[in-house]
Amino acid sequence: MKQKELDGYQEFMKGLWKENPTFVQVLGMCPTLAVTNSAINAVVMAVATFFVLVGSSFLVSALQRWIPSQVRISLYVIIIATFVTLADYSLLATLPAVHKQLGAFIPLIVVNCIILGRAEAFASRYPVKYAVLDAAGMGAGFFLSLTMLGTVREILGTGTLFDIPLFGKGFEPWVTMILPPGGFITLGLLLLLSNWVTKKRAEFLKQVAAAQQEGL
Amino acid sequence: MQDYLLILIGTILVNNFVLVKFLGLCSFMGVSKKLETAIGMGLATTFVLTLSSGCCNLIDTYLLIPLGLEYLRTIVFILVIAVVVQFTEMVMHKTSPVLYQVLGIYLPLITVNCAVLAVALLNVQLGHGFIEALLYGFGAAVGYSLVLVLFAGMRERVAVADVPLPFQGSAIAMITAGLMSMAFMGFAGLVAQ
Repeated sequence: MKQKELDGYQEFMKGLWKENPTFVQVLGMCPTLAVTNSAINAVVMAVATFFVLVGSSFLVSALQRWIPSQVRISLYVIIIATFVTLADYSLLATLPAVHKQLGAFIPLIVVNCIILGRAEAFASRYPVKYAVLDAAGMGAGFFLSLTMLGTVREILGTGTLFDIPLFGKGFEPWVTMILPPGGFITLGLLLLLSNWVTKKRAEFLKQVAAAQQEGL
Repeated sequence: MQDYLLILIGTILVNNFVLVKFLGLCSFMGVSKKLETAIGMGLATTFVLTLSSGCCNLIDTYLLIPLGLEYLRTIVFILVIAVVVQFTEMVMHKTSPVLYQVLGIYLPLITVNCAVLAVALLNVQLGHGFIEALLYGFGAAVGYSLVLVLFAGMRERVAVADVPLPFQGSAIAMITAGLMSMAFMGFAGLVAQ
């Protein structure tokens, strides 16, 4: 396959907005919704996923020459599972309380489609440097969306942020927001917002281009 | 007997894997655009999930725990699931070509369905025995299929409705799922915790 010209900065930035794993690709939905009932859970989950994503992309990219294409998926899964086990046990040792809350969702990073998707679509085809940058960008984009979701849900659902109360005693928590339906609806609204912004931005750029044409 | 019934009702309705536990959402969003594909995916998942739940339970009890290899659980379970999926595909291909034609294309997708791995891990967490593990897997899969088929029916209606432009695509699907999830919360009173 012919390699296209790569720009490290571009590879990193595309994960943040243009190809954001949550808002644009709508991948990795399970952890996105399940652990974002508080901001701290969301942040820990995102950091763990970031670690696994960058680690496995690095290894897949470094080993690409030796991985036979018939068994590549199983090998990717084993590589990913190894990093997940590392993350799982490190978290258990450092933050046992959060680890308990996240429960089965840490081992479930193995089946997060973002990671396998990046390994298959990007890391297995490009040099290590770009694979790591791409993974870091995707991880950062995932971090961004997870934190956004966690913050919104925690503020509305319990009136706190990172367990610090934000409002006075008169605040009536909107409990639905930390329950499952709140997750779906918040994500739906955030998707709506990101669709709207993307659309408005395209329109704006079009108008600017048109104005420039007229000016010339 | 009552315990077993509780496991079934609990996993199908009360703790529905998709709407309450947020598992298997990727395939839930992916294959729910058409009713037919939803039914096919539901059947294939039910079969694999029940089988892999049992297999993982046996391997955990007779291999991992006696050898003290609990830390390898994640890796071993995902491999077992991949093997079960591959095996199901081969057996189906040989024995029942008709079934293979209907379900074949969904089988590889099931390996990365997080509900399958989650059932295996939750079985360990909840300390289920073999029969309980089988039932838990079966219940989870039935719950998944039920919601998948219902949701596909709704999405077929939404597809022809006049949805505002920014809402189109995943946004409206998420909000629909949110409303469904709210409806399923009504089942929470069925089983006393």
